[in-house]
Amino acid sequence: MNIRTQAPPTRSVDGPSGAAFSAAPPRAARHRAAQVTSQWAAWAFLTPITVYLIAFYAYPLYRNLDLSLRHYTVRSFVYGNAEFIGLDNYRTVLVDPTFLPALGHTVVFTLVSLALQFSIGMALAVFFTQHFRLSVTLRALFLVPWLLPLIVSASTWSWLLNSDSGIVNTALALLGVDPVNWLTSPDWSLTSVIIANVWIGIPFNLVVLYSGLRGIPPHIHEAAALDGATGWQRFWRVTFPLLRPVSAITLLLGLVYTLKVFDIIWIMTKGGPVDSSTTFATWSYRLGFGNPLPAFGPGAAVGNLLIVMAVVFGLIYIRVQRKQQQP
Amino acid sequence: MTTKRSGAKTAAGLAATAVMLFPVYWMINVSFTSDQRMRKSPPDWFPVDGTLDGYRAVLDQQLPYLGASLIVGLGTVALTLAVAAPAGFALAKLRPRGGGVLSFLLLVAQMIPGIIMAMGYYAFLLNIGMLNTLPGVIIADTTIAVPFAVLIFTAFMAGIPDEIMQAAVTDGAGTLRTFWSVIMPVSRNATVTVSLFAFLWAWSDFVFASTLDSGGTLRPITLGIYHYIGNNNQEWNAIMATAVVASIPATVLLVLAQRYVAAGVSAGAVKD
Repeated sequence: MNIRTQAPPTRSVDGPSGAAFSAAPPRAARHRAAQVTSQWAAWAFLTPITVYLIAFYAYPLYRNLDLSLRHYTVRSFVYGNAEFIGLDNYRTVLVDPTFLPALGHTVVFTLVSLALQFSIGMALAVFFTQHFRLSVTLRALFLVPWLLPLIVSASTWSWLLNSDSGIVNTALALLGVDPVNWLTSPDWSLTSVIIANVWIGIPFNLVVLYSGLRGIPPHIHEAAALDGATGWQRFWRVTFPLLRPVSAITLLLGLVYTLKVFDIIWIMTKGGPVDSSTTFATWSYRLGFGNPLPAFGPGAAVGNLLIVMAVVFGLIYIRVQRKQQQP
Repeated sequence: MTTKRSGAKTAAGLAATAVMLFPVYWMINVSFTSDQRMRKSPPDWFPVDGTLDGYRAVLDQQLPYLGASLIVGLGTVALTLAVAAPAGFALAKLRPRGGGVLSFLLLVAQMIPGIIMAMGYYAFLLNIGMLNTLPGVIIADTTIAVPFAVLIFTAFMAGIPDEIMQAAVTDGAGTLRTFWSVIMPVSRNATVTVSLFAFLWAWSDFVFASTLDSGGTLRPITLGIYHYIGNNNQEWNAIMATAVVASIPATVLLVLAQRYVAAGVSAGAVKD
């Protein structure tokens, strides 16, 4: 299809341009002395962030790793004399009956949320690129679910999905469907938290994909239309391939974000009933903070497994980005 | 395009928005509904015989929480700006050796789940005696915003023409002076975007609040709502009224700073 080959590989998106991380071209006429001074000045300006990263990122992460390698009780936590037990906490976690379900739920929650958020977000983004009255206002209103505190969204969904008086079951009753125990049945709890999470994630997908769509020059569409492509063909054969870089980043950011989701699940179901909506994030929290007798070591171990997952996906994200920056 | 087709699209857009915002509407509706009518089937679509009981309960019980969240939000904004703005300036304009590594570390930092930071912070704050204090929560909350903030500042400041800086240097301004009197005023949009997100994220944070400040004398509003649900899971109008009140900053900021929000989401995600 020749439209595709003619298309310039453009990926520009509104918002500040981000050439920032690529090296700047060397400036020819610069004195060496000035450069040395500028190195000093540069690191003077970077001192706060460096200190910050070490004190408030690296150190807590180190403490978390340390937690996962020791046997902690409430007493030893306060006095700091917990015994070093190597990888025992990890072994405990891996053989725990919660491990496999939690892994499964994390995967299902993440993939289903992503697929739905992305496809709905994409459909809406395409819709909003058309011109019609109120489109700017309506698009802005779509941001609301994303900006609300998660506790607000999660409690609202808890009420909407309430078995007895929730509006969702009331609506289903009108259609002749029996009430569903959304939050209290093991069959439905994961579905319920996915519904809420998708609702929260749509605006993000909409905004990013919308700005990606805006970056595609309109003449490409016009050319395709002149060639007789239908609306669906134009989307599937022209828009979608051109949007691939933006889509990849949207999906990967969504993935990394969804892996971390904790608030929604914890507030709506606490991971239950009987672990039916437990993911790594909520399991880690429950082990560490959700019990009268906290199991900090195993909790930290679960957390670190989650970090490994997140960082693996993060590295994929960075790789994809690098690839994109090459012409 | 004919007006008729545009009208149909507007109608479709309105319908989609209505579906999307229905939960928000329902939250507001329930917040005005009286206890007696709460479990009526079918429920009222409008707050018939509306009551302000829920809002009275908020004012009676949640004001200290709201105040705490305001402090946490503003503190998070201040610390985030203090750390991120100079870093963005250096990375964008001063070309430091090792700047690439730092940017990479910040990207990785964005991937770390909050719950893991929370465990580390728990141990850390316990040792230094800052567990259950607002400064402890503020520090933890900034970890959500700082990597994003550096990204935004770097991207924005890279777009400021070098000539402006050179003019300042020619006039005899040092680097610090140039940063403070030239670059920062020009970067107002980036500052607004960063402040907006730092405030909203801190305001809505639940993970750090519940792990690091569950026993504090001053606790953020997210904990206020959470405990309220735990203790009064029947008084949904009061719960929803608290939720409405807790959403006000987000709504106000959305109305006032809509274009910064959109710019922030796109820039944070697609740096290109």
